Amino acid sequence: MLLADSLNRGTFRQRIAILQTKPQKGRYRENLEALVDAFGQLAEMKPHLVVLPEAALTGYFLEGAVYELALFASRFAGDLAQAWRSACGDQPVAIVSGFFENDKGTYYNSAVHVDVFANHEVIEHVHRKMFLPTYGVFDEERFLSRGRRLEVFESVLGPAAMLICEDVWHSIMPTIAAVKGARVLIVPSAAPGRGVDGEGTELTSIARWHDILRTIAAEHGVFIIYAGLTGFEGGKGMSGSSCIVDPRGEIVVSAPANEACIVRAEIDLGEIDLARANLPLLGDLAAVLPDLLLDETLPLPRGVGHRHVADR
Amino acid sequence: MLPIVEAQRLDPDAPPALNAEVATAWLVAFLRDELIDRRGIQRAVVGLSGGVDSAVTASLCARALGPENVHAIRMPYATSHPSSLTDAQRVVDALQINCRTIEITAAVDGYLAFEPDADSRRRGNVMARTRMLILFDQSAKLDALPIGTGNKTERLLGYFTWHADDAPPLNPLGDLFKTQVWALAAYLGVPDALIRKAPSADLEANQTDEGDLGITYARADAILAQMLLGYSDDQLIERGFARTEVTLVRRRVEGTHWKRHLPTTAMLTNTAINEFYLRPVDF
Repeated sequence: MLLADSLNRGTFRQRIAILQTKPQKGRYRENLEALVDAFGQLAEMKPHLVVLPEAALTGYFLEGAVYELALFASRFAGDLAQAWRSACGDQPVAIVSGFFENDKGTYYNSAVHVDVFANHEVIEHVHRKMFLPTYGVFDEERFLSRGRRLEVFESVLGPAAMLICEDVWHSIMPTIAAVKGARVLIVPSAAPGRGVDGEGTELTSIARWHDILRTIAAEHGVFIIYAGLTGFEGGKGMSGSSCIVDPRGEIVVSAPANEACIVRAEIDLGEIDLARANLPLLGDLAAVLPDLLLDETLPLPRGVGHRHVADR
Repeated sequence: MLPIVEAQRLDPDAPPALNAEVATAWLVAFLRDELIDRRGIQRAVVGLSGGVDSAVTASLCARALGPENVHAIRMPYATSHPSSLTDAQRVVDALQINCRTIEITAAVDGYLAFEPDADSRRRGNVMARTRMLILFDQSAKLDALPIGTGNKTERLLGYFTWHADDAPPLNPLGDLFKTQVWALAAYLGVPDALIRKAPSADLEANQTDEGDLGITYARADAILAQMLLGYSDDQLIERGFARTEVTLVRRRVEGTHWKRHLPTTAMLTNTAINEFYLRPVDF
């Protein structure tokens, strides 16, 4: 049995759809209705996982209106599930979507992973964005609280982590997720595009995003499913460019920047093991990371009663 | 002997780069989203001066909406240079957009008859505001939206009439320096005559922007591009810029922050609009 397994790893093919949404600002109900139509386009495909961007059904720049539009995770997951059933009936699916979360009066920029069944839905995980950009055009921490934990959870694709937009720009985040066992990173995002001084065929900010995602995927041997919001919000164009990156760092499929669209792909999760076998950086990291993190000169708190190293 | 690989130094005369193809695609998407998707408006009104900014704006609008949905308005005053009209016509012919000419002389002079001592600055402001009045009224008539033509350089240097050139609700060029607008014009096929001629507000005889500003656009843009990244005057001078020009640009930027904001409103409550009560423009 062991021999057979090692000789024939088999394939673990999964059908993925990304809905690159272009919501009407603040019109949650109308955007939910539009989502039913989009889900309807997926009925034939029978996806295992559907991923939507950050702030997928409200728009991203809400300022004070975020408090009017934030929802309990259970309510939002229920709305997603109901929209799916309206379009696709009893077909089961897992959906990941970004939303603004109201948790009994504390507000977060969150993403939910919900398993949808014929008569009920199960929230597998809610990730609360940890890095809230609050500089330049961004003002998230003025309105929202930051998440405090990065969890790896059992997604429909196996062990996975959700990272929201700037979360993924801090290389420690995908690193921690991968070391904790994530084999897939799901990244809902709302990235205002900028940079017209580059030489490629896209904004420099989009090229930078792709560079980051490819580097992460190749370093840790993970699939990355990136869902980017699109559409202009008060002159700031969300840069779409949703994509799937394989564990070798190659882009499997990539959407245009400025169009609402559906991105579809079938991925083979077996590629993760192959990529890790050929480039065992994650194993190396797992071996060395304790030495790095236990280095007492690192400015990290060392538990209750321990002074911050930097305060010594 | 080992080969030497030398890092390139900043060229103080090099204008900010522009990927015109990428910028065009982005700005066309911006115009379509903001006009059609958000507002349900199919048509644009552009004041066509005969200069490169309005020519580029009209060209982008034609790409975004179709030339049949772009309405150019030429608004000459008695002292406007005749070439302004003919250069604007070149743009109309090239783009096959709609065009109408509305003289502003009677309207401007009607008011200035009460103010015979108004100096050239005041007269120029009256002309600019009269033109904007017309663009908004024509937009109401045509079920269109007026599209602004101001570029980042003139916005930063405060070289525009407040609540006139900056009044239209949409502005595709406001984050592009003047030299980048020239590059975009070349990419879009704006007639050469407009790209090569000296930019002018054409509010007075023989007026040029660079004469008014005391610096070339190329040098102003190179300084502004670095200044906005946070470099101090000393750092800019160390990088090869002349102190006189750095000082000139710095003074203009720092003396005109107010022109890039809405009017200052006295705050009296903790629900003051745009201070406490915060809602985005597209909410």
